[in-house]
Amino acid sequence: MPTTLTRTETLGPTSDLSQPDTDLVDVALAASGDAHAFERLYRRHVNRIHTLVRRMLGEDADDVTQEIMVRAWQKLGSFRGESAFGTWLHRLAVNQILNHRSARGRRRRLFAEKPPADEPGAPGAAPGVAMDFETALLRLPAGARQIFVLHDVEGYRHEEIAGLLGISAGTSKSQLHYARMALRRHLG
Amino acid sequence: MTGHPPSLRLSEYLDGDLPPLARREVERHLDTCAECAATLAELGRVVARAQALEDRPPRSDLWPEVAAAIGAAPGRPRGLRVSLTVPQLLAAGIALALVSAGGAWFATARSAGARAATALQAAPGGPVRSAVSSGAERGYDRAVAALERMLAEHRDRLDRTTVRVVEEKLRLIDRALFEAGRALAADPANPYLHQHLTETRLRKLQLLRRAAELARAAS
Repeated sequence: MPTTLTRTETLGPTSDLSQPDTDLVDVALAASGDAHAFERLYRRHVNRIHTLVRRMLGEDADDVTQEIMVRAWQKLGSFRGESAFGTWLHRLAVNQILNHRSARGRRRRLFAEKPPADEPGAPGAAPGVAMDFETALLRLPAGARQIFVLHDVEGYRHEEIAGLLGISAGTSKSQLHYARMALRRHLG
Repeated sequence: MTGHPPSLRLSEYLDGDLPPLARREVERHLDTCAECAATLAELGRVVARAQALEDRPPRSDLWPEVAAAIGAAPGRPRGLRVSLTVPQLLAAGIALALVSAGGAWFATARSAGARAATALQAAPGGPVRSAVSSGAERGYDRAVAALERMLAEHRDRLDRTTVRVVEEKLRLIDRALFEAGRALAADPANPYLHQHLTETRLRKLQLLRRAAELARAAS
């Protein structure tokens, strides 16, 4: 007699399906309105998205993550399976984050105005105060931090970053270097 | 090259962004400058650290808020997009046609109908929104193919009765899909047939998923 399974049971990490395939199944179900399937997608991807938001924005990570997930639910029908769902969601998240950045940029200076310093001090830290790498990353100026996250953490190319942020590739390179120079003091 | 190169060059060198001539210049300098070599090594460690950063979960579970926003929270009423049934939609369509012939109500009804149609297209959950007729078509096909592949590989993990039940249900579903496809070929605009096809395909996906889960549990 076959075991009866409820809709909320999941294909767990030990499933023989790869995550992209498991995602595809749940995307197809979620796109039809199956919220349980969407919850499974949410739980498989929320850590990555929340971390990305926190590193890119430094604040409002919970709110923006929720907005991204709701947006993903609304746009599931446009997912064509040409890339992995995680890649699609990541791109959607970056766009959503940058929308927030644009709104915030009207109020704050995003990029460090000084040219990349060869010997910058710890980002925002008092002299002699130890800071771990991740905390130091969050203390960088927003523009340099976002470029560092996109390039060195997420693997975007300068040309892509330039297109996303509306800056030149040269600015992307110089801000990346600024961030790296600042962070090398916090390698631990 | 006289003196140290601009330190930006070291990042560009690290990333392989320098043209050959500039790259050779930097390499010649690095051969003789321990300070720049040390800076380059530190920059390399920063990049390596960045690539090794691990994701962290949110401090609290955000799902309840997300679920509420998409109308999936337990105990909360569902929004328009998930509450309309096919008969309701058909009724709405008929009503729209009637008022469109009726004159004075036309503008209002069209506006309401357009809002409903827009809402139905804007988010998952609408019964008439086909998960397999829009951009998700290929995703659906690949999901089904992946599940079928897995089941074919591991059918020996399931007992005979389970295999027989699953295969019989799949045969019925495939038969229904065939009939729905044939009917749609004859009447491509029929909303009921589209709905029926979508629901049948989703039943197949659910069945395959349950079977895959059984195979996993039996391993």
